[in-house]
Amino acid sequence: MKAGDRVLCSPGREETEGIYITERDGIAVVKLKSGYNIGVAVSDIQFIGTSIQEVVSSAPVTQDTSLPTFSIISTGGTIASRVDYRTGAVTSQSNAEEIIRAIPRLATLGHFRTKQPFTTLSENIQPSMWVDLARSVYEEISSGTRGVIVTHGTDTMAYSAAALSFMLDTPVPVIFVGSQRSADRPSSDNVMNTLCSVAAADANLGEVAVCMHATANDDICAIHRATRVRKMHTSRRDAFQSIGIPPIATVSYPELEVSTGRDAVLRSSREPSLSDGLEERCCLISFHPGMSPEIFEGYHTCRGLVITGTGLGHISTELIGIVRKLIEEGTTVVMTTQCLKGRVCNRVYDTGRDLMAAGVIEGEDMLPETALVKLMWVLGQTDDQDEIKKLMQANLKGEINRRSVHGL
Amino acid sequence: MDYEALGLKAGIEIHQQLNTEEKLFCRCPTVLRNIEERNGEIQRYLRATVSEMGTIDRAAEEEMKQMRFFRYYTYDSTCLIDDDDEPPTPMNPEALEITLTIAKLLSMTPIRQVHTMRKMVIDGSNTTGFQRTALIAVDGIAGSNCQIESICLEEEAAQRVTDATFSLDRLGIPLVEITTAPCMHTPEEVREVAAYIGMILRSTGRVKRGLGTIRQDVNISIREGARIEIKGVQELDLIPEVVSREVQRQVNLLAIRDDLVRRGVEIPEDGIDVTDLFSSTKSSILKKAECIIAATLTGFAGSVGREIQPGRRFGSEMSDYAKKCGVGGIFHTDELPAYGITEEEVAALRERCSAGQDDCVVLVSGSPGQASCAIRLVLKRARAALEGIPEETRKMLPEGSSAYMRPLPGPARMYPETDVLPLQITDDMVAGITLPELLSERAARYSRMYGIDEAVARQIAYSDRLALFERGVETGIKPALVARTLFGTLRELSRDGADCGEIPDEEILELLRRVDGGSVAKEALPNILRSRAGGADLEAAIASVGPVFSVSDLEEIVGRIVNERHDFIRERGNAALGPVMGVVMKEVRGRIDGQIVADVLKRSIKEIL
Repeated sequence: MKAGDRVLCSPGREETEGIYITERDGIAVVKLKSGYNIGVAVSDIQFIGTSIQEVVSSAPVTQDTSLPTFSIISTGGTIASRVDYRTGAVTSQSNAEEIIRAIPRLATLGHFRTKQPFTTLSENIQPSMWVDLARSVYEEISSGTRGVIVTHGTDTMAYSAAALSFMLDTPVPVIFVGSQRSADRPSSDNVMNTLCSVAAADANLGEVAVCMHATANDDICAIHRATRVRKMHTSRRDAFQSIGIPPIATVSYPELEVSTGRDAVLRSSREPSLSDGLEERCCLISFHPGMSPEIFEGYHTCRGLVITGTGLGHISTELIGIVRKLIEEGTTVVMTTQCLKGRVCNRVYDTGRDLMAAGVIEGEDMLPETALVKLMWVLGQTDDQDEIKKLMQANLKGEINRRSVHGL
Repeated sequence: MDYEALGLKAGIEIHQQLNTEEKLFCRCPTVLRNIEERNGEIQRYLRATVSEMGTIDRAAEEEMKQMRFFRYYTYDSTCLIDDDDEPPTPMNPEALEITLTIAKLLSMTPIRQVHTMRKMVIDGSNTTGFQRTALIAVDGIAGSNCQIESICLEEEAAQRVTDATFSLDRLGIPLVEITTAPCMHTPEEVREVAAYIGMILRSTGRVKRGLGTIRQDVNISIREGARIEIKGVQELDLIPEVVSREVQRQVNLLAIRDDLVRRGVEIPEDGIDVTDLFSSTKSSILKKAECIIAATLTGFAGSVGREIQPGRRFGSEMSDYAKKCGVGGIFHTDELPAYGITEEEVAALRERCSAGQDDCVVLVSGSPGQASCAIRLVLKRARAALEGIPEETRKMLPEGSSAYMRPLPGPARMYPETDVLPLQITDDMVAGITLPELLSERAARYSRMYGIDEAVARQIAYSDRLALFERGVETGIKPALVARTLFGTLRELSRDGADCGEIPDEEILELLRRVDGGSVAKEALPNILRSRAGGADLEAAIASVGPVFSVSDLEEIVGRIVNERHDFIRERGNAALGPVMGVVMKEVRGRIDGQIVADVLKRSIKEIL
C-alpha cells in the first residue's frame, strides 16, 4: 500500500475509513477522518482505494524585479515548510517561489534567487561541503547580489559560518540563518529570523554572520560575527550568542530596522576573493581528568589538533609527553579553553610552560570550534610551521580579540 | 417545543482536567497561580502555516484576521516546554493510566498504538500554535444507550488574562476529551448524559475539581439546520437551556431564510462609503469613526431586527461577524433612529443607498481597513442566511444564548507531533487497571453500611470532601458524626460567613477523634470550628469553649438547679422538664451532649416526684 491509500480498519467495535500513512514493525499508521493518527495491526486494515489527490493550484508568486536582488542558498536548514494535513507529512520548501509563498512579506523586501548546493542535516555536514558552499556563495557575490542568505541547520551552523569567514573575502553580507523550532509550527522562529536575515543582508555590512533570535521574545534578532558565535542552548530561540564581543548588529522585529555596532565590517570594504583550500585531517578534543595518553595515540594521523584545555589552557602533566611527540611528528597543536570565555595563557603555571616548550600554540581567546575550522583553513594554505603559527595567532576574520575588553 | 418533530440531534464533548503530579508533556506541577506571582513575560507572534492543500484551515484563517501578537506570563512553576523553547517530554504515564481507567469504565476499546498529534490552534492559547492531543480509545457506552465515540488525552490551553495576554500555568495540564455520538434527542437527555459522564470521571478520584476544571461543549443540530458547537458550558444545569435556545435559534433562522427567499431579497457585493453623511452626528461612535461604510440589504426590512434567541437578533449574528475585523459592532435601520442617530440621518442614509422602506441598511465604522473587512463579513453572513444556517463554533453567553466565535473547524488541522514517539497500549496495561467503585455505587454502599440517609450518602460520595470522609471513617470515627460535620456543620458555618475552607483536614480529623472519644462535646463543634476559622489554633479554639463536663460534674450542676426549683418541679410535675432543661443548658451548652443533659435531668426530676 502507498501513503494516501484509503483503507478500512476497526480500532473499536465500528469499522471506519482512514488514510494509510505508513507501517513499521507490523503496525500500520492510519489517519482517521477526525484527523487523528492511530497505529493498528497491519493485518487489520483493508485496502479500499487509491488516494484521491486533490490538485491544488497555488497562487502564482510575482517578484518585483525593481527591488534589490538577494541570493538564498539552502543547505537543509528549514526556513519554510509545508504540511500535508491529509497525510501529516511536513516537507521543507527551498525554491524562491515556495519560500515567498510561505513568507509573503519577503516579496516586499527584495527579489530572490535560490540555490541548493546540497541538502543535509546539519550534524551530517562535512568540511568538503563548506568548500561547495563557499564556492556557491562566491558565485553569487561575483554575479552581483545585494546580500547572501544561507539557510542552515543550527547544530553546526557556527562551524560552517566560521569556515566561510576564512575561505571568503566578501564585500556584501553573507548571513547564515536557521530556526530552533520547526518551521511547520505557527510559533516557529523561522519567519522572523528569515525576514531579519534579509534585512541584515541588505544592511551596511561586509562579512559573514549569523542571524538568530536575540531573546526569547519575537522582538530582536542579533547579527553575530561568524567567528565569535556559538550555540549556547540546545533548544531556546536565543541559543546563539556572541562570545567575547557584542553582536555586530541587531534587527528589530517587525520593523526590520538594523542598528550596526561600531566594530562591524562595512559593505564594500573588501574585494571578493575565494581561498577554498582546507586540510580536513584536523580534530578537536576535550581534555578531562583521567584522560589517558593512549587516547592521543589515536590522533597521530591528524595534521592539526585543537585541544580544549582546562582554565588558562591546561592538560595533565602526564599527557605532555605524548603531545610533544605528536608535534615532533608534524601535527600542529593549538590550545583553547573549556571556559569558552577568556584567553589562553600558558605562561602562568608550569604545565602551561611545559606545553609551550613542547610546541603547543596558544589559541588566544579563539572559540574552540573556530580554532578548529581556522586550523583546517590555515593548514590548507601553508605547510610552513612558522607561517602556520603566525596565522593561527593573527586575527584574520575577527576570531581573535587583541585585548580582552572589560564587561564581555 | 416538539424536539422529535424538529429532528433534534445533540452530542457532547466533555473536557476534564486530570489531577496528575506533572503536566502532560513537561514535568511542571499542575497548579494554577495568581498572575501577581508571575516571574516574567514572553512575547510572540503566531502565524498560520500553509497546508499542502494550498489552504489554511478555515478556523485558523479566521483567527488570523485578528491580532496575532501575544504575551505570555511565566512562573517559577512553568518551564521552557511551556514557552515552546524545548521539545516535549514523553507523554505522562500517570495521565495515560487515568485516561485508560476512564476508557475502561466507559467500556471503550483502547487504540493499539497511540500517536500524538498537533492540532492547529492559533488563537494564542498555545505557545506552539497547536495543541498536542492523542486518541486513546474508541467506541464506548455511557449509561444505558449513549454511544461514546472517543476519548482523547490532550494538553489544556493557557488561560487568557486579557485579549492577547495568556498565563502559562494552566498550559499543558492533562485534559481528557470525551466525545459522544449525536445520540441525544431532548435537552434533558443531554444534561443526563453529561451528568453521568461527570460521575464516571469523578469516580476515578483522580480528576481536578472546582470551577473551570470541567467544561462541556454541546453539538446541536435540527433537521435542515446545521451542526453548531457551543463551547464552554460550565454548569450542568444550564445545558438544557443552551440546547433549547439553540434549537430556537435554528428554527427562527430557518423561518427567516424562508421569508427572505420568498421576498426575493438581494445582497450587494460590497458596501459604499457614507462617512460624510455623519460629519455632524450626535452618535458618539460614528462621530469618532474614521470611515463609515453602508450596504443595502434589499428586501431585508424587519428581518435583521428579528429576535432569534432571547436577547439576540439576526443583526447580532451579523455583528459577531463584523467584530472579527476589529469593529465594535453594527447599526442597522431595523433599529434606527436610535443611539444618537437621528431620523434625518437615517433618511439621508436611505437616500444615498437608494434603500426603500422594505430594505435594511447596515452600517459599520472603524478604520478604512476594519470597516471594509467588516461590511464584507456582514454581507457574507447575510448571503449565508439565504442558504440556511452556517456551521459554526459559538460561545455560550451567561443566560444560555450564544454568540458566533468562528467557523466550525475543518478536518484539515492535524499532523503528527514528531517530537513524541508513538506509544503501545499493551493488553497488560489495560488488564492491570483496577476499576474504581462508581460514585453511584459508593453512595448506595454508604447508605447501606453506615445507615446514612440516601440523599446524604449521595452528597458524600459526590463531594470533593469524600476522601476526608473516608479517612475519618477508616480511623474509626462514627460515620454519622463525620458525615454530619463535613456535610452539615462545616457548610452551615461557611454559609454564615466563617471561612472553614482553610482548616487543614488533619485538624478536622483530630477534632472529630476527640469528639468521638468524648473529650470534646459534640455540641462544641460549631463554636470550635468557628473560632478555628477565625484564626485561633486548634487547641486555643478547643479551650475557648471551656473544658468538657464529666457526667458527675453535670450531676452536680443538675442537682443544684433542681434543688433550687424543688417547689416548681413538685407543682408542675414532668412538665417542669422543659423549663428546667433551659436553665441547665444555659450553663453547660456546648460543653456536653444535650442528650446526656436530658437524661440526667429526667432522672433527677423523677427522684423528686
